[in-house]
Amino acid sequence: MVKSITIKLIILVGLINSYNAFSNVLEKDKDELEKEIKEYINHHVLDSYDFNLLSYTKDDGAKVYVGVPLPVLLWDKGLVVFSSSKLNHGKSIVQVGENYYKLYHNKIYKTDSSGTIFYDKNNHVANKSPVDFSMTKGVVSILLVSILMFVLFRNLAVSYKKNKMMASGIGRFFEPIVLYIRDEIAIPNIGQKKYKKYMSFLLTVFFFIWFCNIIGLTPLGINVTGNIAVTFCLALLTFIITTVSGTKDYWKHIFWMPGMPLPMKIIMAPIELLGVFIKPFTLMIRLYANISAGHIVMMTLISMIFIFRNLIGSSLSFMLAFFISIIEILVALLQAYIFTILSALYFGFAVEEHDH
Amino acid sequence: MEIPAIVGGGLIVIGVGIGIGGVGRGAMEAIGRQPDAYGKIQTAALILAALVEGIGFAAMFVL
Amino acid sequence: MEKLINEFSFGLFFWQLLIFVGLIFLLKKFAWKPILDAVNERETYIKEALSSAEKARKEMETLNKENQGIIKKARAEKEALLKEAQQTSSRIVDDAKRQAKEAADKIIRQAHETIEGEKRSAIIELKGKVADISVEMAEKILKSELDNKEKQSKFVQTLLKETNI
Repeated sequence: MVKSITIKLIILVGLINSYNAFSNVLEKDKDELEKEIKEYINHHVLDSYDFNLLSYTKDDGAKVYVGVPLPVLLWDKGLVVFSSSKLNHGKSIVQVGENYYKLYHNKIYKTDSSGTIFYDKNNHVANKSPVDFSMTKGVVSILLVSILMFVLFRNLAVSYKKNKMMASGIGRFFEPIVLYIRDEIAIPNIGQKKYKKYMSFLLTVFFFIWFCNIIGLTPLGINVTGNIAVTFCLALLTFIITTVSGTKDYWKHIFWMPGMPLPMKIIMAPIELLGVFIKPFTLMIRLYANISAGHIVMMTLISMIFIFRNLIGSSLSFMLAFFISIIEILVALLQAYIFTILSALYFGFAVEEHDH
Repeated sequence: MEIPAIVGGGLIVIGVGIGIGGVGRGAMEAIGRQPDAYGKIQTAALILAALVEGIGFAAMFVL
Repeated sequence: MEKLINEFSFGLFFWQLLIFVGLIFLLKKFAWKPILDAVNERETYIKEALSSAEKARKEMETLNKENQGIIKKARAEKEALLKEAQQTSSRIVDDAKRQAKEAADKIIRQAHETIEGEKRSAIIELKGKVADISVEMAEKILKSELDNKEKQSKFVQTLLKETNI
């Protein structure tokens, strides 16, 4: 028992939360362990319905979760609200009125009273899934990051007035970054005349991605920017802003590239049009893939400590995991920077004025 | 024998790796030759790296 | 790709969009605008301070230049004054010398004239005296000589010979 708890603590320090894959390490053989780790990692990179910090298995085999249940909001011909603790990690069926809901593979499905899951020909779940607006772990993390950002930058803004045009406190750290985004990202890419309109978006997106990446590296193990829905939203906003602010010149360059022979113009138009959609798409995939891959690599390396279970292999894995975490801190900043500079670049293309 | 799709994905990733390496090398050499044009070279290199990386995401489709 | 679509959760997307757009507008109003305004204000303030310092420096420079001009002018004036003074003094000295010389010359000339006059009068007087003496001597000689007739005639003869008429 004591030994088991120590392992749990190491896992906590090593960024691992939620379902504990390694609880029965001593009893299980390696194949089973590896399978469990894989499942655990797959589970971790996804969103979850409750905010778990750690879990362990009692001596009698019952799993104990330490964390906060979050509200589940479903739209099923009317709003359905219940606590995520009722789902009991997929083990219980929740009855609301006449409807039954069950958590299956990280998704809530409508079932009958016994919780049967039907499959179609392609082995997909055939059960109906209600529209899900749950306050998941991801949503809570986004809210927390937003509140943190608001407090931080509101403080910075207020400190200017109090302190004779000088930032004070933690704002001193963030002020040069704000200036860097203005002077090195916005102005060179968008242009001196028009950059002001886009500053709010660029600054917000940069700090949002950065902070989310950083909290993803903490032992809380929240994977916000490694979630496709979040990156899709960010990329969609970039796409919308680019499209809305596109000048006549921009569209002309897409559909009828000036200064090119006619056949080239016909060939270029679909390519350029495709480029309009590919640009935000790559933004979305880049952020998602980098952050998810980072989390997966980190957790795999930490899991290796438990697979090797000897001094040399485990300590090597630990060292590797340690250095990868340091690299991940850099990647966290780099991905935020790349997203911001590419967004600025696309806005720059949209508002650019050519002189032919 | 059928070649699994993931091999194709791996090949894509290798190609993209070489491509980004080339972009990075070119950018570094250019900066070495003209340190004053650092900002412009960096932006151009980022755009090109992003374009090459975009092809790399094709690997995602096969997985 | 299928995995990506499977992973996509509409709920999370909805909340993210809502929260993020709200965050952008909130931060724009309460943070970014004041921060960027404050930074801009500070930058213009610094720029102004720098340009005014530059202006002051330029003013200083022109002032310095002016000062230098004035000093130069003063120096030239001083030199001119000194030169003039020197000239004046040398002229005065020259004048004095000349006057002194003239005076001396005059005195010398007068002395010469006086000496000449004295000499002349002395010669005249001497001539007179010599004539008197010679007459006296001649009288005496004649007195003694005329006693002797022969001698007389001899003497007249010598006299006649001596005086070439």
